[in-house]
Amino acid sequence: MLHVKVWRGGETGRFQPFAVPRRPNQTVLDVVTEIQREQDPTLSYRFACRVGMCGSCAMVVNGRPRWTCRTRVADAVASDSALQLEPLRNLKVVKDLAVDMASLFDKWEAARGFFEPGDAIPDDFASVKPESDERQAADEGIECIGCGICHSACDVVAWDADYLGPAALNRAWTLVNDVRDRGQAERLDAVSAGSGCHACHTHMSCTTYCPKAIAPTYSIAGLKRAAAKRALLRRR
Amino acid sequence: MTASLFLLQRASAAVLALAVAVHLATIVYAVRGGLTAGEILARTEGNTTYLAFYVVFVAAVAVHAPIGLRNILREWLRWKGRACDAALVVFALALFALGARAVFALYLA
Repeated sequence: MLHVKVWRGGETGRFQPFAVPRRPNQTVLDVVTEIQREQDPTLSYRFACRVGMCGSCAMVVNGRPRWTCRTRVADAVASDSALQLEPLRNLKVVKDLAVDMASLFDKWEAARGFFEPGDAIPDDFASVKPESDERQAADEGIECIGCGICHSACDVVAWDADYLGPAALNRAWTLVNDVRDRGQAERLDAVSAGSGCHACHTHMSCTTYCPKAIAPTYSIAGLKRAAAKRALLRRR
Repeated sequence: MTASLFLLQRASAAVLALAVAVHLATIVYAVRGGLTAGEILARTEGNTTYLAFYVVFVAAVAVHAPIGLRNILREWLRWKGRACDAALVVFALALFALGARAVFALYLA
């Protein structure tokens, strides 16, 4: 049997112990689902695709933020130790393992992490060469699934509630490299305001834990370079 | 403003990297076989190279330290805004004034 301690409650609460049979290739999400379906239907958690695409099942597993649908129990715990499941950090806990992602996406918007087409309709389709520097830089950060793991892992987010965080800044960097976008000045102003990209301490927790192997740290460094270039050019 | 401060902090750090290295190397070189106050003053008095180097050094310190302190105050004491920035401008000016006073004291001794 696998011994599992699951966070119950909201911002305050306690760990509730469960025991679940070990099964071959069992994922952490399988364990949570089995508890909810077989033992305690009041357990709240969130999932959708179960195949690592939607980014909704992230939790803190034995102290590490992880995507539970793609994390096998065998990889998360030693054979004789217990599984401890908590909600993601740095986000408001709704109940048990479900967090309110609103603050993450509010920051996403504050970092202008959305495509800005501009007022003038272009005459033709934009031509973006796959080998161009911009396209390749965007490609490196584009696979984000918005799971919030980097946001949960970031120490600076924990210290400074206003810090935009690695997910929002990574998205902003992909857009800075989108040659079709017409909102670059506003975006660079937004990400270099008080608690923007310059607040990053380069701890690299986001890069360490990102399940999609994205490196938000490098995206943030790119934003610092772009903001510095803009600050220099504006003075000329 | 953050981007400009970031640039200023990096630029002043580049100056300091060189200045601190020259400063330390000069100390090590100068104290071979002992050093007296008289010998120091003999080297610095009226020496414009000394004056130019240390004025740049002090200016780099006065730019670099308050920007770093600003980040610490924001993160640890949550002190942000105009009052914080004004206090740090005063701190920067005080650093420059105290440093320049020492540099000129040795130049004019």
